[in-house]
Amino acid sequence: MTLDEFVKAFAAEFDETPEDQFKADTEFKTLEEWGSLTALSIISMVDENMDKTITGADIRASKTIEDLYNLANSK
Amino acid sequence: MTGASSGIGRGTAIECAKMGATVVLSGRNEARLQETLSSMEGEGHVVLCGDLNSEETRKEIVEKMPALNGVVHCAGISQIQMAKFMDLSSLEGIFQTNVFSPLMLNTLLLKKKKIQKNSSIIFISSISGVYRSQIGEGGYGATKAALAGYVKSLALELSAQGTRVNTIHPGVVETPLLEVSNGTFGEEKLDALRQKYPLKRFGKPEDIAKCAVYLLSDASSWMTGSNILIDGGFILK
Repeated sequence: MTLDEFVKAFAAEFDETPEDQFKADTEFKTLEEWGSLTALSIISMVDENMDKTITGADIRASKTIEDLYNLANSK
Repeated sequence: MTGASSGIGRGTAIECAKMGATVVLSGRNEARLQETLSSMEGEGHVVLCGDLNSEETRKEIVEKMPALNGVVHCAGISQIQMAKFMDLSSLEGIFQTNVFSPLMLNTLLLKKKKIQKNSSIIFISSISGVYRSQIGEGGYGATKAALAGYVKSLALELSAQGTRVNTIHPGVVETPLLEVSNGTFGEEKLDALRQKYPLKRFGKPEDIAKCAVYLLSDASSWMTGSNILIDGGFILK
């Protein structure tokens, strides 16, 4: 999965936040819609699209969407 | 005792042995079953290792089973999967282990007359799916609710023989099963959850084991078809 595709898939998990708010360098945890529901959705999205398991700890360790993408890839 | 290789199953086997029971231990891992056995008082306990998800294995195990006065179905797995991302094979997997296998085992035990009169049968359910849930717990909760429903009918079917059937609904208990949640949500989230418990801690296997001992003993001889909540007060908040 490319970074672009990842950013799009990431954005798709948010219902209230417009897609243009999502870039590779977006600090996703500062988004208003970020919470436990979106967190678990992102974990599921990564599992479904990249066949990788990321955890709450991985999310905490990532600042930007790109960080999370790289972390997921490294697994 | 199914699921006797760890967690609630292990804790309950140990507690039952303390109270003088002779226990048949069931699980998939021989080494861990032996560990459970080595922590148990008394003699004459039996270890029957095998995967209860296989019908063949269930039949073999029931053949070797002595006549029983009690059954505790502890074997179970956990899973975190949001409804939007549910896949059939994961759902089938958790239903197989948590519902179909214990029910089919129970059917075999009854068919082969291994359950004597005035016995006590317990299924370990959960607060999840019955009293509460969490995001991603829909599948797991569904399996636990399934057990709660099943026992109400089974209790009626076995009442003529004096055999009682109940479920135990634990809150979060410190067992290897908790690792599933820990992995996904992390230690911090788990700590935050711990603080939400009025009694300020998660359960230990012994807490559930002692409840099981009560249900297995004559002390609960008037209790059947009940769902016993044991959760450190969690659902009150």
